[in-house]
Amino acid sequence: MANRAQIPTSNSALIAMIADEDTVVGLLMAGVGNVDLRRKTNYLIVDSKTTVKQVEDAFKEFTTRDDIAIVLISQYVANMIRFLVDSYNKPVPAILEIPSKDHPYDPAQDSVLSRVKYLFSAESVASGRR
Amino acid sequence: MSGQGNRLNVVPTVTMLAVVKARLVGATRGHALLKKKSDALTVQFRQILKKIVSTKETMGEIMKTSSFALTEAKYVAGDNIKHIVLENVKNASLKVRSRQENVAGVKLPKFEYFTDGETKNDLTGLARGGQQVQACRGAYVKAIEVLVELASLQTSFLTLDEAIKTTNRRVNALENVVKPRLENTITYIKGELDELEREDFFRLKKIQGYKKREIERQLASAKQFAEDQFAEKISLQKGISLRSAHNLLSGAEKDEDIIF
Repeated sequence: MANRAQIPTSNSALIAMIADEDTVVGLLMAGVGNVDLRRKTNYLIVDSKTTVKQVEDAFKEFTTRDDIAIVLISQYVANMIRFLVDSYNKPVPAILEIPSKDHPYDPAQDSVLSRVKYLFSAESVASGRR
Repeated sequence: MSGQGNRLNVVPTVTMLAVVKARLVGATRGHALLKKKSDALTVQFRQILKKIVSTKETMGEIMKTSSFALTEAKYVAGDNIKHIVLENVKNASLKVRSRQENVAGVKLPKFEYFTDGETKNDLTGLARGGQQVQACRGAYVKAIEVLVELASLQTSFLTLDEAIKTTNRRVNALENVVKPRLENTITYIKGELDELEREDFFRLKKIQGYKKREIERQLASAKQFAEDQFAEKISLQKGISLRSAHNLLSGAEKDEDIIF
């Protein structure tokens, strides 16, 4: 078990998000937004002008910050940096792909859900055989 | 599966046999325990799988509702509400607390959200559409609730997946590598000890035969001696010594008194 990453317990952690404007505004309304002393935000609004590089940097920053427990990322944004999302395998912060308003949600593209589906079908096949 | 040559490099002694046997017992017990652990984890894993699938579906529904609520709020309060919201971001009032849950020795993270402090944009939509804005806020808080749950499920899923893989690898290693090796070692030591015993037995047999022959020879010589003595005695009684009779003839030439 030594090779597994330790799961830190923290009393208060943030939820970061990388999503389109509407989703971010809605989530900010719920009160998850945070701006620290150096004017760093815990969210990134992705619009047509945002480059893949910016998304990448934001993703890397959010996943390495230790005060963030969950990273919400719109699925179409996740598709832009799919290689990063797929290669990410730490338990904390958790990466969660969420549907966005303008893009239909496709469960098959979700890196975790596709594995879930795969295991699920494999297991039901196995249990059916028994 | 594993050849006879696959064994530990040990000296075949009784002590070593006991040590290896103890190790085999330990390996068997560890194997049983790990198997149990793997089973427990798999049960948990399946539950989580089911929950993830259903929660993902719920999430889609809830995100749709909240998006719709946001659209409503935008319609009533004007499109510039988003600028107000974006400007009003200061400190997060809705945060996540993470704690650990222990399932068969595997620590699974569990997230739960909590609000601390009042929400800053209470005045948002004061001019118009306040109710809609509040509804939208409520919808998004609900969405966060589901998302946080889903995040903890997903994290547990990944952690469990990893843990199950590790455990299964250990189970298989014990079953297919360590145990056969120990068993082979035990058979080797036993065979070697038997061999030694046979050798010892043979040697003892051999020595026994040797000693027997020796005794027989001694007996024979003792008999001979006794016979000789008996003959001597008889002849002494008759007045002549057998030995001096021999000597008389052999020692005659050296007698100096005899001149001729």
